[in-house]
Amino acid sequence: MSTKQKKMIFTLAVVSVIMGFSQRAYGMHIMEGYLSPKYCIAWGVLSIPFLVTGYLSIKKKLKDNRKNITLLAMAGAFIFLISSLKIPSVTGSCSHMTGTGLGAILFGPTAVSILGVIVLLFQAILLAHGGLTSLGANTFSMAIAGPLLSYGIFQLCKKLKVNPMVSVFLAAFFGDIFTYCITSFQLAIAYPSEEGGVITSMGKFLGVFAPTQLPLAVLEGILTVLIMIALKTYANQELKLVNLNLEEN
Amino acid sequence: MNKTKRTVILLIIAALLIALIPLFALKGAEFGGSDDAGSVMIEEIRGSYEPWFTPVLETMIKGELPGEVESLFFCLQTGIGIGILAFCMGRFVERKKWANTKGTSEL
Repeated sequence: MSTKQKKMIFTLAVVSVIMGFSQRAYGMHIMEGYLSPKYCIAWGVLSIPFLVTGYLSIKKKLKDNRKNITLLAMAGAFIFLISSLKIPSVTGSCSHMTGTGLGAILFGPTAVSILGVIVLLFQAILLAHGGLTSLGANTFSMAIAGPLLSYGIFQLCKKLKVNPMVSVFLAAFFGDIFTYCITSFQLAIAYPSEEGGVITSMGKFLGVFAPTQLPLAVLEGILTVLIMIALKTYANQELKLVNLNLEEN
Repeated sequence: MNKTKRTVILLIIAALLIALIPLFALKGAEFGGSDDAGSVMIEEIRGSYEPWFTPVLETMIKGELPGEVESLFFCLQTGIGIGILAFCMGRFVERKKWANTKGTSEL
């Protein structure tokens, strides 16, 4: 067997192993009816304080300056756009991104929770994607936990004087990944394995979605950076209104 | 070509590659919707599982949402998103042009 043939067989083997995963890859939202009422209510209640804070924060931002509404609308539209695109991934199944990083950087994590809920409601009602009963859990993972981490990472990078566009990328990337970590945690505590309990389940859920989501998180980072470059070039005065400075220092 | 332009073009190429390579690299892969697959994982852990609630829309139309209609709704979502984004972005771009020709940045 020549080296070339060996290489080919090796590649085939890798691809087939990856394909083996494909049938079980897991998407972003927890499906309707798959989370028992107890957890639905718990996650819902947990989300409420964030949503209220978010509502107040948006109200304050708009009261400070009506002009903020343009960026707010764009942040919301970005989530709409990004989370509607189902992208094929290396594992042979499709998944989609969250798009919440942009809003978190512009308006802070709580404001995004409101924007995220709107998208989740749209998908739950019209698309049977996610669900009304699991809305609380999905809100917590996509509209609260992810943005929270995005915001934290962006602030941390600012402190460490990382290049602003790199910070935007990292914030969006980790926000996306973290959303999925929370989703698997939510599923894991609802469905602990018979042996090993929550942790084994968590590993299982993470194991199936992480390889799918990784390239998509990179993509989300890139798209968020692109829109930030556009905003920096054309809407610097709006960025100043939300106290965002993307100049390199 | 300035630095920003080059970065933008490179990023767009990278984004397209990430999105398209799997399609060509994994010929014959199903690229199925991942939501249904999620329930398979749950069944693997739990044994069989009946969802205790069906989506409102599916209850109303007494059955699953047809694939074509589903893609319609997804397109609608994309359309709303890109519409708002493009509208606002277009305004920003024109505003900058206008401000430049007037020789003022104040608006």
